[in-house]
Amino acid sequence: MSLFLQLLFNGLTVGSFYALTALGYTMIYGIIRLINFAHGDLLMVGAFIGWTLLTTVAIQHIPIAAAIAVALLLSMAATGILGLVVDRFAYEPLLRGSRLSILITALGVSLALENGVQLGYGAGFKAYPHLLPSVYLPVGGASLGVTQIGIFALSLALMLGLYLFVHRTAIGTAMRALALDQDAARLMGIDVEGVIRLTFFIGSALAAAAGVMMGLYYSEISFTMGFLLGIRAFTAAVIGGIGNIPGAMVGGMVIGLLEAFTAGYFSSRWSDVAVFGALILMLMFRPRGIFGERVVERM
Amino acid sequence: MALLEIDRLHTFYGKIEALRGVSLTVGEGEIVALIGSNGAGKTTLLRTVTGLERARQGRVAFAGQDITHLRPHAIVGRGLGHVPEGRRVFSGLTVAENLMLGGYLHRAVPRLLAERSARVFELFPRLAERRGQLAGTLSGGEQQMLAIGRALMAEPRLLSLDEPSMGLAPVLVRAVFAVIAAIRKSGTAILLVEQNARQALRLADRAYVMETGRIVVSGPAAELARDPRLRAAYLGGEVTA
Ligand SMILES: Nc1ncnc2c1ncn2[C@@H]1O[C@H](COP(=O)(O)OP(=O)(O)OP(=O)(O)O)[C@@H](O)[C@H]1O
Ligand SMILES: [Mg+2]
Repeated sequence: MSLFLQLLFNGLTVGSFYALTALGYTMIYGIIRLINFAHGDLLMVGAFIGWTLLTTVAIQHIPIAAAIAVALLLSMAATGILGLVVDRFAYEPLLRGSRLSILITALGVSLALENGVQLGYGAGFKAYPHLLPSVYLPVGGASLGVTQIGIFALSLALMLGLYLFVHRTAIGTAMRALALDQDAARLMGIDVEGVIRLTFFIGSALAAAAGVMMGLYYSEISFTMGFLLGIRAFTAAVIGGIGNIPGAMVGGMVIGLLEAFTAGYFSSRWSDVAVFGALILMLMFRPRGIFGERVVERM
Repeated sequence: MALLEIDRLHTFYGKIEALRGVSLTVGEGEIVALIGSNGAGKTTLLRTVTGLERARQGRVAFAGQDITHLRPHAIVGRGLGHVPEGRRVFSGLTVAENLMLGGYLHRAVPRLLAERSARVFELFPRLAERRGQLAGTLSGGEQQMLAIGRALMAEPRLLSLDEPSMGLAPVLVRAVFAVIAAIRKSGTAILLVEQNARQALRLADRAYVMETGRIVVSGPAAELARDPRLRAAYLGGEVTA
């Protein structure tokens, strides 16, 4: 029982990272049908921006909570702008072109981001400063880290905020509308390109939040961290039902739990087998994903 | 000066020249019908005017200002509304959400949107009953009402409609034409593309006939309705689907 609880806590923490990242994949796929291969790398850039802020900008002089909040917000803003710029200059000119050219461009952006960060920061791991207290609460024989609670709560808050934005505001409704029919959306007076840029901003900012939290949680980051994480988060989006926002959140948690339980009960070497095995099973038996029955509502 | 002035417009799909120098005007408060057989370029003309297709040559002016190269959302903002071919309601959104999107440019003024949606519901009581329903689950006629109501939410100075009666039962076709007459009464100019040439000509003040990317005949609607050449080609006994 205590092992089960421990794995549950770990799984939900990792699942939070996947869920936040999967949201970007799913939103971008939902509106422009692009699998943004660079999305995991934007998370990595976010983690490095957070690292830079936490280590160099003498944040020692302010309280830890404030330092983390500042690093998170600035990293989210900067990464969000980077995502927006990538969309504006790399993807937007190709939106009316072939599907393949934009997909290849996304691969190119991914490589450019990885190599750019490697050039700037070097190829080695970067140690994240130990800012979070190592306080654990005993729960049913397992220990629940205060950090884990914080990560889960913040992720949940971000996801809830996104959900409300998409479903309760005019711009959110515009996003859902253009996912369904771009030309009709234009006829409503919606600046479609502008809304797409905003979507890239939001998706990239959420990935950056995940990146900074991963740095704080695992204590180290590297320029390759976005690759595998991105693939797993994309898997989460597909399992949840690509294009579907609640699906990405649930899919992320499913992948996180699957990974934790496989690692705990078998071996961490099997976790990728479990994750991608689940993907294959899902594609075979329910290709639209968990939330796929709502085909009409893509977001 | 007319409200909408289209001057020698050329539009291409790749190498296909779908518009070969089309000129057309719509005056303030006027109903202008545009008829022509399948593939003549009617939809292309409306899509080019609303900015969804790019004109290669020629000029579109609205209320005296050049809008040829504006993006669609900016053109809508100038007061040019469009009800597209095939309705194109947002199937996964509710009736109310569809209407709110129609008023997207006025989203900062909720009071205005509430007033306008009340007016749309007055015009289409069926939509009021179904405001919480997903648009994709509406009947074809109801979807057409929604598409028109949605466009009215922006209170356009000119509304272009692309075959609003397509696929509707005769009683609904009459309802659509009645609504168009009512919209004009409120001061909105209308550019109407119709296969239903006979009814369109009865409603319109003036009309244009298009063939393979060109305007071939134009004049007062009543005159065109009597034109023997048109009677043979477009107003014959055959029922257009
Ligand atoms: N997206 C497109 N790509 C290539 N050619 C197109 C496209 N849309 C229309 N065309 C061609 O342009 C010409 C004009 O088409 P358009 O749809 O404007 O005609 P229409 O008068 O609206 O016809 P209908 O009465 O059938 O709606 C046709 O020859 C058509 O095949
Ligand atoms: Mg047409």
